[in-house]
Amino acid sequence: MEEIIQQVVNGLDRGSAYALIALGLTLIFGTLGVVNFAHGALFMIGAFVAVLMSDVLGDIREIGSADDFFKLVQVVEDPTQTDFLGRPLAVETSYWVIWFGESFGNWLSDWAVPIAVLVSIPIMIFIGWAMERGLIRHFYHRPHADQILVTFGLAIVLGDLIRAMYGANPIQTPMPDALNGPVDLGVYLGYEASTITYSAWRIVYFFFSMFIIAGVFAFLQFTTFGMVVRAGMADRETVGLLGIDINRYFTMMFGLAAAVAGVAGVMFAPIQAPSYNLGMEYLVPCFVVVVVGGMGSLGGAVLAGFLLGIVQSFASLPTWKNNLVEWLGLDDSNLIANLIIGVDQIAIYLIAIIILLTRPRGLMGRKGVMED
Amino acid sequence: MSNNNVTRRGVLKSGTIAGAGLAVPTIFTASAARAYTNEPGAGSVKIGFNVPQTGPYAEEGLDELRAQELAVEHLNGMGDGGMLNTFSEKNLDGTGILGRKVEFVTGDTQTKSDVARASAQQMIEREGVIMVNGGSSSGVAVAVQALCQEAGIIFMAGLTHSNDTTGKDRKANGFRHFFNSYMSGAALAPVLKNAYGDQRRAYHLTADYNWGYTTQEAVQTSTEAMGWETVETVLTPVGAGDFNSYITPVLNSGADVLVLNHYGGDMVNSLTQAIQAGIRDRVVDGTQMEIVVPLYSELMAAGAGQNIQGILGSMNWNWQLEDAGTAAFTKSFGEKYGRPPSNAAHTCYVQTLLYADAVTRAGTFDPCGVAEALEDFEFDGMGNGPTTYRGADHQCFKDVLVVKGKENPSNQYDTLEIVEVTPRAQVEYAPDHPSFGGADATLGECNSGA
Repeated sequence: MEEIIQQVVNGLDRGSAYALIALGLTLIFGTLGVVNFAHGALFMIGAFVAVLMSDVLGDIREIGSADDFFKLVQVVEDPTQTDFLGRPLAVETSYWVIWFGESFGNWLSDWAVPIAVLVSIPIMIFIGWAMERGLIRHFYHRPHADQILVTFGLAIVLGDLIRAMYGANPIQTPMPDALNGPVDLGVYLGYEASTITYSAWRIVYFFFSMFIIAGVFAFLQFTTFGMVVRAGMADRETVGLLGIDINRYFTMMFGLAAAVAGVAGVMFAPIQAPSYNLGMEYLVPCFVVVVVGGMGSLGGAVLAGFLLGIVQSFASLPTWKNNLVEWLGLDDSNLIANLIIGVDQIAIYLIAIIILLTRPRGLMGRKGVMED
Repeated sequence: MSNNNVTRRGVLKSGTIAGAGLAVPTIFTASAARAYTNEPGAGSVKIGFNVPQTGPYAEEGLDELRAQELAVEHLNGMGDGGMLNTFSEKNLDGTGILGRKVEFVTGDTQTKSDVARASAQQMIEREGVIMVNGGSSSGVAVAVQALCQEAGIIFMAGLTHSNDTTGKDRKANGFRHFFNSYMSGAALAPVLKNAYGDQRRAYHLTADYNWGYTTQEAVQTSTEAMGWETVETVLTPVGAGDFNSYITPVLNSGADVLVLNHYGGDMVNSLTQAIQAGIRDRVVDGTQMEIVVPLYSELMAAGAGQNIQGILGSMNWNWQLEDAGTAAFTKSFGEKYGRPPSNAAHTCYVQTLLYADAVTRAGTFDPCGVAEALEDFEFDGMGNGPTTYRGADHQCFKDVLVVKGKENPSNQYDTLEIVEVTPRAQVEYAPDHPSFGGADATLGECNSGA
C-alpha cells in the first residue's frame, strides 16, 4: 500500500509538470491555432532564468559550474590557498553579502529560485510577445505543417543559443535549503514515521502548479479579458465583427502561455539540472498530453497531464511487473516478459493509442478542432 | 580523294594497345597507393578526432578535443612537450610522426552511433585520415571500431567503459586505453565492503544500453561475491530526465544501497533526484542507506555539485594523482585551457601519443604493423603507472582509481578525492572471461585495407 501511495504522489507530481506545459501549448493552439513546437524551449528558457538568478544572486554553492554569466561575485586571490596549478586561489564572495551583510546576502542566494519565479514572468512575457510578433504571426494562415517546421526550427535555434552561452553540461540550480530533502507524508496518513516520504520541493512544485492552473482558469473565467479570449476561441470572426481587436488579445495570450511555461521551467530547475535540451525532452510527452486531452481543451490538457503522469509512474513500479511475469510463468528472456518489464518506456503512448481509438478527439476535445 | 587506310579493326587494335600502355603506370600507382588505406605522403600525416561536439556528452567531447589538440602540438614540437617528457619510451622527439608533421580533422559524433560512423567514414574517405581517435559512448565506440576494421584504419577508442568494446565486439584494428565495467566492479567491491560492510541489499537503476548492462553485471557480480544481495534491477531509458518514478520504489524495497549505473546528464539527474527523495537520509533496519555511482567523471561531478559529496565511484585517471606524468599533463593542459583535464581528455591524449609511438617503433603507418607494435606493449609515465596493452583483446591493463565526492570542496574543480588506487592485479581477468564474450570472442584478422 505504501508503494501505491508513493507512486500516486509521484504521478501527481509528474503530471503537474506535464499539465503546466500542456496548458500553455493548448492556450496557444486554442487561441491562435498554432501548433507551437517551440513551447518546450520556453520551458527550458524558464529553467535558465533560474540559473541566471542563481548567478546574479551569487549562489556560490554551485561548485563546478564554470558558466558564470552575470555572476555578481567579487573574486579575490587568496595567497593562503592554491588552485590546481599551485597558483593563488581565486575566492568568490557574493556582492550581496558584501553590500547587505552575510545573513541577508546568503538568504538571497539561498532563495534564488523562488525569486527567479517573479523575475521570469516579465522576461517570459516579453520573449513570448517577441516570438509571436516577430515570427509566429507570419504563419497564422499557413498550413499546420509549416507552423510545426518553423517552430521546431526556432526551438533548435533557442536551444543552441543557450548551449553557446552556458555549455552543454547540466547546471545544478539548488532549491532553498529549507525545502531540500524529504517530507514525511506517511505520518499525516497514519503510518509510522519514515514509511512514506517525498521530496519537499516536489510537493511545493505540485501545489505551485495547482495554483498556476487555478489562476489561469480563474483569469479566463472571471475577467472581462478572459471572457473576450474565450469568445474569440469559440468564434474569432464574430468577436472581430463586434469591433474587438482579438489579435491583440491573442498576442497577450501568447505572452501568458510563455510565462506559464517559463515559471514551470524555473520551478523545475532544482528537480532536473537545466541543460539546453531540457525543452526537447518534455516536448513530445506534452504533445501526447495535449492530443489525449483534446486539441484546444484547457481542461483536457490538465486532466490528461495528471492521468498520464500517474500512468507513467505506475508503469515504472517493478513490483507488479515482476509479479505479472511470474504469474504468467514467463522466462526472463521471453519477449512478452521483456515487453512487460519495459512497459514504462512506452506506457503513455499505449494509453494515447487506446484513448484515441475510443475517443478520436481526445478526452475533452471539441468537434471541428484541427479536423479541416 | 583521300588515301586514308584507317579500318575499324585497326582503330580497336591500336586503341587497346594505347589504353594498356597508359594504364600500366596507373595500375602500378594504384597498387602502391593501396599498400594500406590512406598511406600518408612525405610531408604530413592526418589523424581524425571523432568526438561529441553537440548533444548530451558535448562537454566531455570538447574536453577530449582540447587534449587531442594538445597532443598534436606536443608531437609537432610545440608547447612544453607534456607527457612526452615522462613517457617511458623516448622515440617521439617533437618532429611529428616518422618525420611527418601531424595534422588533424575533427568530426561530431553527437553521441549517436550512426552519426559517428558517418563522420568517421567521411574522415577516412574524404580527408584521408590514418587513424581515428575519441568518442564518449560505448555504443559509438563499438560502431566506429567496426567501421575502422572494415576500412583498414586503426581506432584508438576514447571514453568507452562497456566490457563489449574489448569483449564480444573486440576488433583487431581497435584499441582501448580506458578501463571497463568489470574493472570498476573489481576495484569498487572491496572498498564498498570496507565502507558499508558485507551484508547490504542493493537496488540497481541501470541505463538501458550496452554500457549499462555490463556495468550492472560487473557491480552485481562483484558485490554478490562479497555477500551483498541484489534486491532489484531496473532498466531506465537513456535521457529520461526525471527519474523520480524509478527512485520512489527504492524507498520501500528493503534495499539499503542504491547503485546508479547511469552516466553523464542521466547520472547528474538521477543522483540529484535520489538525494532530494531522501535516499541518503533513510535508515533501513538500522542501516544508513547509501548511493554508489560505478563510473565517475570530473564533468559529471561538476554537474552534480554538492550532491556527490561522500559518494563512491571509480575512474580511469584523475588529475590529482601525484606521479610525474599526471603533473606534466595537468600543467600543460591547465596552462593552455585554464582548467584541469578530465579523465576522458587524458585517455584521448595518451591514445594519440601511444599511436604515434607505435608507428615510430614499427617504422610504418601500416595499421597491421602499428597493431603489432601496440600488442603486449608495456609502458609507464602516462599517469596510470606500469601499463600493458594486452595483445589478446587490445585492452590496457593498469591501476584503477576509486574516488569519492569531496565533502568540503575548496574550489570548482576540487570535486573528487582519491580513496584508493586499486592495483592492476586486482582488476585483471582472462581474455576469454564470460563477461567479455567467452571463448567465442575474437579479434579477427588485422585489416590494412590493402
